[in-house]
Amino acid sequence: MDFKSSDTITGPRTEDHLPHSAQAAAKIVIVGGFGVGKTTMVGSVSEIRPLTTEETMTQAGIGVDDNFGSKSKTATTVAMDFGRISVTDQLVLYLFGTPGQERFWFLWNGLFEGALGAVVLVDTRRLEVSFDVMGRLEERRVPFVVAINDFPDAPRYPIEELRQALDLAEEIPIIRCDARRRASSRDVLMTLMRFLHSLTATGASA
Amino acid sequence: MTPPQRRRRQPKQEPPPPPPPEVPEDGRGERPPERLYILTGEDNERAPIDLVTLIVARAEPPPSAAPEQSALLRICQAPLSVAEISAYLNLPISVVTVLLTELLTAELVQARAPVVRQAQADRSLLEAVMHGLQKL
Repeated sequence: MDFKSSDTITGPRTEDHLPHSAQAAAKIVIVGGFGVGKTTMVGSVSEIRPLTTEETMTQAGIGVDDNFGSKSKTATTVAMDFGRISVTDQLVLYLFGTPGQERFWFLWNGLFEGALGAVVLVDTRRLEVSFDVMGRLEERRVPFVVAINDFPDAPRYPIEELRQALDLAEEIPIIRCDARRRASSRDVLMTLMRFLHSLTATGASA
Repeated sequence: MTPPQRRRRQPKQEPPPPPPPEVPEDGRGERPPERLYILTGEDNERAPIDLVTLIVARAEPPPSAAPEQSALLRICQAPLSVAEISAYLNLPISVVTVLLTELLTAELVQARAPVVRQAQADRSLLEAVMHGLQKL
């Protein structure tokens, strides 16, 4: 890999600096099938221009494709777009969304572990592309809410019909949103936070 | 027109253990200098550094620092998450993690541990986040 000379690295712009009082950060993950608007949602609420980070995983670490006796490993790079919201002077919230293949980022250790919760973004034209990701969140006990990204030409099913189709428990919030709009995306995050708050009240672990 | 039907899954019996929050103190002075080539190897030692651990430089880069360490120290004059460091340096997370492990051992950076989800989430934390979101 090429590392740029130290002098050419430009860090964050001055206006993107966190205050020195920033003591801790939390993360939430925005998941869904390909092209449902995850990166759009990250960008619409982030206070910084969204950035991209990546992780390289060898096939041994991935463990899904057998190499049929070959000793050589192929590396897969998994990229992740993320944004940031300074919640208070002390607390920062990071939002991770991803382009690309979902099956890989569940193997990205530490991405979901420790996340406060997740938003599953759904496009009703292709509801089924979000099924796998929801199942994986359930298996890992990551609490989530479902946000329907309202594309203009998408079928509008009643929420209760969607709840049945997605086989979601009554308490899991389902809301409609426009991921391009900051206020709408903010409301989705707020819904997730209220849901997480309700879980502490009932003592349930999702 | 009816939507396609999903079936919910049950949590797996043994959820993966959460990463320990503190940084270990191992590995002092034992690594070869050609680090970048072993970073994505099979035995990379990972400190429990999270994507959103906040890193702050504690000192100026020493003359002996590798270019990528100097660059890291320079951009961390104000707190910066590991994910942001990775993005700005254009290095994978695993590489940044190793660089940070060395810089932590040398006490050139300070790490501020992230808030992670517990079995029982912290209500006051969630309330602070909600309050902050309302201001957006």
